[in-house]
Amino acid sequence: MSMLHLNYQVPGDDFTRAGEASGDVKHKLKKLGYEPDATRRVAIAMYEGEINMVIHAGGGEAVVDIDPDRVEIVLADHGPGIEDVDQAMQAGWSTAPDNVRALGFGAGMGLPNMKKYTDEMVVESVVGEGTTVRMTVVPGRKQ
Amino acid sequence: MQIGEMAQTCGWKLLAGEKGTGNEVDGCYVGDLLSWVMARAQAGNVWLTVMGNVNAVAVATLTEVSAIVLTESAALDAEAAVKAEQQGIPVYTCAENTYETAVQVYEKLGQ
Repeated sequence: MSMLHLNYQVPGDDFTRAGEASGDVKHKLKKLGYEPDATRRVAIAMYEGEINMVIHAGGGEAVVDIDPDRVEIVLADHGPGIEDVDQAMQAGWSTAPDNVRALGFGAGMGLPNMKKYTDEMVVESVVGEGTTVRMTVVPGRKQ
Repeated sequence: MQIGEMAQTCGWKLLAGEKGTGNEVDGCYVGDLLSWVMARAQAGNVWLTVMGNVNAVAVATLTEVSAIVLTESAALDAEAAVKAEQQGIPVYTCAENTYETAVQVYEKLGQ
């Protein structure tokens, strides 16, 4: 059992609510006195993941486990899946529609940012079934 | 310097988030691409942008910038104004472009 186990539903069609889960996690980490750099990395990686779920997958679920030595984030959706994960991981690659780009997203930076800000990241995706992203942030590791 | 004081001397008008006007400013970041800004803006920066949507407010909250300044009179969405108010993120507007505003910030921070 982790010290703190959190579970969020990320709404599928609502850009205005994307960020609620990552914002709440950030708030909780701050309250716990978690290391600021790790807190920031968790918040950024998770927000990018939330935005991805809103843009591409019709929402999903976020599960976060907080321990003193690590934060584990699992983002799972039942969206269309990613055909080529390696390609999706490349900075600048995006399938986001124009309306998303107009909001300031969709530049193909989401997954690369998530990888950059976490210490471990695994993307599992099945076309037609959905995508699960598992991320780990270890305080004091990346700066 | 507090953001409220900087805003006053630069002639920016507050649109929302009055709670945060005591935030300290120690730098500046410029950008409109939210993923880019999120990865690079630092806490305490004043963020100059034309993105006045609710996601910009979320990015400001996550990065702990001291304020958003919407340059060239870019609009702030109603939803974004509500969110900024809730989160205490000051959002200002000014008529100058981003470059001119950045120069103003540079001068204020150097004083």
